[in-house]
Amino acid sequence: MLTIKNLHAAVEGTPILRGINLEVKPGEVHAIMGPNGSGKSTLASVLAGREEYEVTEGEVTFKGKDLLDLTPEDRAREGVFLAFQYPVEIPGVSSTNFLRTALNQVREYRGQEPLDAVKFLSLMKEKMKLVEIDQKLLSRSLNEGFSGGEKKRNEIFQMAMLEPTLSILDETDSGLDIDALRIVSNGVNQLKSPDTATIVVTHYQRLLEYIVPDFVHVLYKGQIVKSGTKDLALELEAKGYDWIKEEVDAAV
Amino acid sequence: MSKDNQILEEFTSKDYEHGWSVNYEADEAPLGLNEEIIRWISAKKEEPQWLLDWRLKAFRAWEAMEEPKWANVTYPKVDFQKLRYYSAPKQTKKPKSLDEIDPELLAIYERLGISLNEQKRLQGIAVDAVLDSVSVATTFKGTLAKLGIVFCSFSEAVKEHPELVKKYLGSVVPMTDNYYAALNSAVFSDGSFCYIPKGVRCPMELSTYFRINAANTGQFERTLIVAEDESYVSYLEGCTAPQRDENQLHAAVVEIYAGAHAEVKYSTVQNWFPGDKDGKGGIYNFVTKRGICAGDHSKISWTQVETGSAVTWKYPSCILKGDNSIGEFYSVAVTNNMQQADTGTKMIHIGKNTKSRIVSKGISAGKSQNSYRGQVQVMKRASNARNFSQCDSLLMGDRCGAHTFPYIDIQNPSAKVEHEATTSKIGEDQIFYCNQRGISTEDAVALIVNGYAKEVLNQLPMEFAVEAQKLLALTLEGSVG
Repeated sequence: MLTIKNLHAAVEGTPILRGINLEVKPGEVHAIMGPNGSGKSTLASVLAGREEYEVTEGEVTFKGKDLLDLTPEDRAREGVFLAFQYPVEIPGVSSTNFLRTALNQVREYRGQEPLDAVKFLSLMKEKMKLVEIDQKLLSRSLNEGFSGGEKKRNEIFQMAMLEPTLSILDETDSGLDIDALRIVSNGVNQLKSPDTATIVVTHYQRLLEYIVPDFVHVLYKGQIVKSGTKDLALELEAKGYDWIKEEVDAAV
Repeated sequence: MSKDNQILEEFTSKDYEHGWSVNYEADEAPLGLNEEIIRWISAKKEEPQWLLDWRLKAFRAWEAMEEPKWANVTYPKVDFQKLRYYSAPKQTKKPKSLDEIDPELLAIYERLGISLNEQKRLQGIAVDAVLDSVSVATTFKGTLAKLGIVFCSFSEAVKEHPELVKKYLGSVVPMTDNYYAALNSAVFSDGSFCYIPKGVRCPMELSTYFRINAANTGQFERTLIVAEDESYVSYLEGCTAPQRDENQLHAAVVEIYAGAHAEVKYSTVQNWFPGDKDGKGGIYNFVTKRGICAGDHSKISWTQVETGSAVTWKYPSCILKGDNSIGEFYSVAVTNNMQQADTGTKMIHIGKNTKSRIVSKGISAGKSQNSYRGQVQVMKRASNARNFSQCDSLLMGDRCGAHTFPYIDIQNPSAKVEHEATTSKIGEDQIFYCNQRGISTEDAVALIVNGYAKEVLNQLPMEFAVEAQKLLALTLEGSVG
């Protein structure tokens, strides 16, 4: 589904990613871990097409298409979803209005009829249950005055509405208490299918107790330096990142 | 930043939708301005002597006045002798009903999306259509007359209700109030007149649609709204003009009188031709609008959505004379390309316990300059006066400007005046967030801007709110990244 080959990216001339290789197949969950500043969030942003990140080398194909050649909105319409680490506030625009605009543009791209208000609302009701989100929250301005937990739940709710093929969760666990973490993870797990894949970017093993990964990759200095199963995450939790840093730095 | 600018370029290349004009045979005054011209206009309109005298007095006052220079706008001096002060479509006989109006004129309004056919109209709105210097049609006059409501062109009001016109004309905006008000008083051609008798709630929206068609012609309309005690009316004006290379002058005066417990809601969607991308052409919109809350517990609310005009100079104001009266001003002013706007309000608290609320949302794009200028004045007698002002500016790109000029003058120590102001740039983060959900950049801008202006748009009558939303999006199309 997603193939990343030798991906290099820079921000304002400073290289951050230095040759990422990754293959994600339908039905898989990949966790990307690593110390601060290793390039985890940059990878998520580059895949979503954020402007400030300049791809200097390498290629990314998504469902056979050159992903890097697509605009951010077309990537989203093709089925790439990024759950933001810091969801953005848009004053005066309700979540409902925002999502309806988004969903109908995605549907148009996919050659589907726009949803009328009634169908949209019933779809919303159905998906709201997944993340135990309140309708009142959705009639408020998007993310404005939302608590940290509400923002993250709203991200997963949007994911449920837009039905992406590839979901990238960027530190979705940061700032969540244990109940919110459970609710959010539950939502993500229910959305998993044999046709969709998930990339979970996280600092901590904690989230991976809920969203169990098939593969765990450790990112350090802009490269994947170690890959393994969920046991690797446990090992990292116990031992920290220093032993990996030492291994890598010694090899250089 | 570079992407910002690139998208900005695309955004600003959108054409003005109402830029067409129609050729019809016109009845025109010669070019220029002098006493003869004023007599000519007055005679054309078969006006009584008192009104001609009033005009001449205004003209003499105007001649001695100086063009105001304090506004934050620059434009070449207007040559008042090169303008035409009256132009009207030729009609062989005066139409007695809507059926007798020249279909060609009706077609102009149809093309603007304004049907003057009562059967085709939504029942909720009565329209007075003003083309260049004259009113061509007013709908639903009969329905309104049954309630004692007068809604007609200004010229007609002079003939049919001279006592009302004489009583209120110039009572809120004196003829010598300012340079453009004096000019308007001398040469005003037509406009709308509206009278709501005591205790009557006007059952439909009243609206005037102003259209400038002729070249080299200024439009100087005059609107007078009188709401007697315990009455209510909601009034809307819309405006468009053809796309022409030369600048055209529009200097209107609107006066509102509200009696005790009366409420007047006045909404404007101003979309005069703004000039092209390089600032060529466009309307000079120099307008004086003022309402007086004459009676206790009266309320006047101004809502404006300003998207057009090359230069705007406009401060819809409220004189809060009655005790417990309320003045409101809600404004969205959008400037793009080379447009300049200096707009705001004046709230003058005279009565006790008077309240005013100002919500101004400026949006600047392109190389435009957008200024808010507002005055809150609390007189000695106005104990417990309250004002809340909020002035927000939204900038798109890095070549435009937003300015705020608040003036506060308090002469009573019990007054409470609050002023809040914010300036923000439309965020790349916000746009990327929308993009990531599949929303195109253009729609993202429209969504964000409409969200920003929501508090003001919510004040508009439903049907016009939708129009205004589209207009905002259209004005800014291609404007930001």
